[in-house]
Amino acid sequence: MTGPSGNGPAGFGPPIAGPSGAGPMGGHGFTVPVLRLGDILLVTLQGELHDGMAEQLQQDITERIAHTRVTGVVIDISGVDIVDSFLGRVLAEIAAGAGLLAARTVLAGMRPAVAITLVELGLTLAGLRTALDVERAMEMLTAGEQDGGSP
Amino acid sequence: MRASRHAAPASLPIGSDADLAWVRQQVRQAAAELGFGLVQQTKLVTAASELARNTLVHGGGGHVEITPLNTGPSPGLRLAFVDAGPGIRDLDQAMTDGYTSGGGLGLGMSGSKRLVHEFEVDSRPGEGTTVTVTAWATVVPPARPGS
Repeated sequence: MTGPSGNGPAGFGPPIAGPSGAGPMGGHGFTVPVLRLGDILLVTLQGELHDGMAEQLQQDITERIAHTRVTGVVIDISGVDIVDSFLGRVLAEIAAGAGLLAARTVLAGMRPAVAITLVELGLTLAGLRTALDVERAMEMLTAGEQDGGSP
Repeated sequence: MRASRHAAPASLPIGSDADLAWVRQQVRQAAAELGFGLVQQTKLVTAASELARNTLVHGGGGHVEITPLNTGPSPGLRLAFVDAGPGIRDLDQAMTDGYTSGGGLGLGMSGSKRLVHEFEVDSRPGEGTTVTVTAWATVVPPARPGS
């Protein structure tokens, strides 16, 4: 569990702080780093994400899009062990909200075991763009810009 | 016989979303210790997350009993999610993809059934619900007829 906490370069904004000291994971606080890289917000999810935390993240990302006027969002889930229907719904809603604010979302780095499980669960996240890693996700978003928007 | 601190059933409370995270971690650890592969672990932990959330949201909280099964040809893990909530009025409906009474996607029950090998629901209106699921580390193929 290594999350940057307030030591990012200036202008990247503070990471979202999770509730710490609550429940069996007490004292084990966590953060969701949200970095702005040019016109793209890079959100890195790691480890255990509580339900309340996921909803907070949704609000925060949507507000950040509106304030920073970014045109793309990359959500890196390579550090996420499982995606259940709750987190899946939150991810889909983040993408839908971003779309209404004229930003495109790419989900990057899903683990193969998570993909297999999501299909069996019945949650295929249709309509959510994916990339194998963050680099390719950034390429997808910047390539779209040069074309003057999505095809 | 392997000595393991998970040899006995463990009971964990389900009363908050922090508890859900704890249940996921403990199920993951128990499955890994029993030799479940990564995909099997991921499926079982995902099913546990769905069912524990049902216990929390629909059952008003409860607990889960985690029981390692070491006696069969393949190690397995049994999870029993117990609540004393209102019960499920229409079980067939609850087991249908897309049906929801709680604002979710309606995949919790039907989806988690597909992620485990055995799935059993015992629900009494007004008394509560127990959902018991079992997953095996490796599935032994059925014997061929005549062999």
